[in-house]
Amino acid sequence: MEVIIENLPLYWEGLLRTLFLSVVSGIIALVVGTLLAAARVSPVAALRGFSTVYVEVLRNTPLTIAFFFAAIVLPRLGVTFQQFEVAAIIALSAYTAAFIAEAVRSGVNSVPLGQAEAARSIGMKFGQVLSLIILPQALRTVIPPLINILIALVKNSSVAGAFFVLELFGYGRQMANANGDQVMAVLLGVAFFYLLLTIPLGVLASTVERKVAIAR
Amino acid sequence: MTSVLYDVPGPKARRVSLIGSVIGTVLILGLLAFIVMTLAQQGIFEGRRWAIFTRADVWTLLGNGIGATLSAAAIAAVIAFPLGLMLCLLRISLVPWIRIPTRVVLEFLRGMPVVLMMLFVLLVFGTSSFIAVIAGLVLYNAAIFAEIIRAGIQSLPKGQREAGLTIGLTSFQSRMLIELPQAVRRMMPSLVAQLVVLLKDTSLGYIVAYGELLRAVQVMADFLGNAFLFPIFFVAAAIYIAINIVVSRIAVWIERRGSKKAAGGVAKAPTAVVAPELPDVPERK
Repeated sequence: MEVIIENLPLYWEGLLRTLFLSVVSGIIALVVGTLLAAARVSPVAALRGFSTVYVEVLRNTPLTIAFFFAAIVLPRLGVTFQQFEVAAIIALSAYTAAFIAEAVRSGVNSVPLGQAEAARSIGMKFGQVLSLIILPQALRTVIPPLINILIALVKNSSVAGAFFVLELFGYGRQMANANGDQVMAVLLGVAFFYLLLTIPLGVLASTVERKVAIAR
Repeated sequence: MTSVLYDVPGPKARRVSLIGSVIGTVLILGLLAFIVMTLAQQGIFEGRRWAIFTRADVWTLLGNGIGATLSAAAIAAVIAFPLGLMLCLLRISLVPWIRIPTRVVLEFLRGMPVVLMMLFVLLVFGTSSFIAVIAGLVLYNAAIFAEIIRAGIQSLPKGQREAGLTIGLTSFQSRMLIELPQAVRRMMPSLVAQLVVLLKDTSLGYIVAYGELLRAVQVMADFLGNAFLFPIFFVAAAIYIAINIVVSRIAVWIERRGSKKAAGGVAKAPTAVVAPELPDVPERK
């Protein structure tokens, strides 16, 4: 227990770094994922094809491979990063964007047909139909799955700890090495701080789900 | 392909769309060409670098890596599923002092990065990395399986359980004989999808130094030199992704098959059964 209190500053630093990675990658992934979903239903065949291939490949790529690529393979190919955080953010957002694209697409599919037909019949173009009518409704229905994807993102950011980024998991490993006799306390501390992030998000997801369920 | 999102394209729209497609394709091809050029400047496409794949020992190492990945996934799945069933039964138990602690444990396991559990088992119990990988995967996925099956049981019509209790089954018998089989069947797509996640998560074994596919890549690159990192990584990633895509396809196939059957089942279900003569009910085997 003392070992946790002694190292509280490190935990705090790690928590902030984990939060930073998750928030930045989460925002990038939300934007890219929504664009991919839009491309997936667009009239332009090339965009549809690109989006389909991207989502299919990235969803089936283990996150560790994405990290390995960004943090180890890219630098040896001449793409160097000032900080490994950049590599971590690239890997996390590229990976998460594929899941967000799938979730948003299923949201688009869940919007009743009449909505799009009505929008088209008053003369809206594809871009308008999607951005003014479909997406606002689609995003609303997929908020709970999106939050679940973000929870997974917070947990996935722990992989960054193994690729030269000192976040919660990275500090945890370091502290575990430094305090060989109290590994259990150190790691339970790390677990506690992860729960501090994931459980409130989970509660939020189920609350929103209930709210949406009532509204419908 | 038609979509409700846009009008059936006329000649002008088709032209615009075609131009868009061509520009898009050119852009993507340009990007790919740029990447390939950059790689070529690094000398990635020299025959010498790819010649390693003619060596048998490279394939042996890659094969070992794949074997380690698949065996860890298979063992973890086989243990995690029954454990998940058991956790699910405890989670929906009628006895509060069984239900509530189980719920806490499940929330704990679900809110935790898998790699942290692997590291925990590895360091605290001092096990081999193989055991650590399996333990991490089992704990996490059993919790997820439990939640999936619980969702399945809750989605069943109430009458199923009531009927079970009415004919004199105990609560436990009703769960085992009536509810679980239907719930598992109903949630099959989610369960298989979770298997894909499990398979993907075996790659986390890399972090706890388990000799899976990615670790094999690292070992070979360290041994043969950096020049070979990209070719080996490229091939290994392709294998990994191909395996995952195949399993995902199976999941989609099961989902399709399941929904077809369910739909047929409802359509064929008679609205009222009038038995002309009640035969002697044979003893249930």
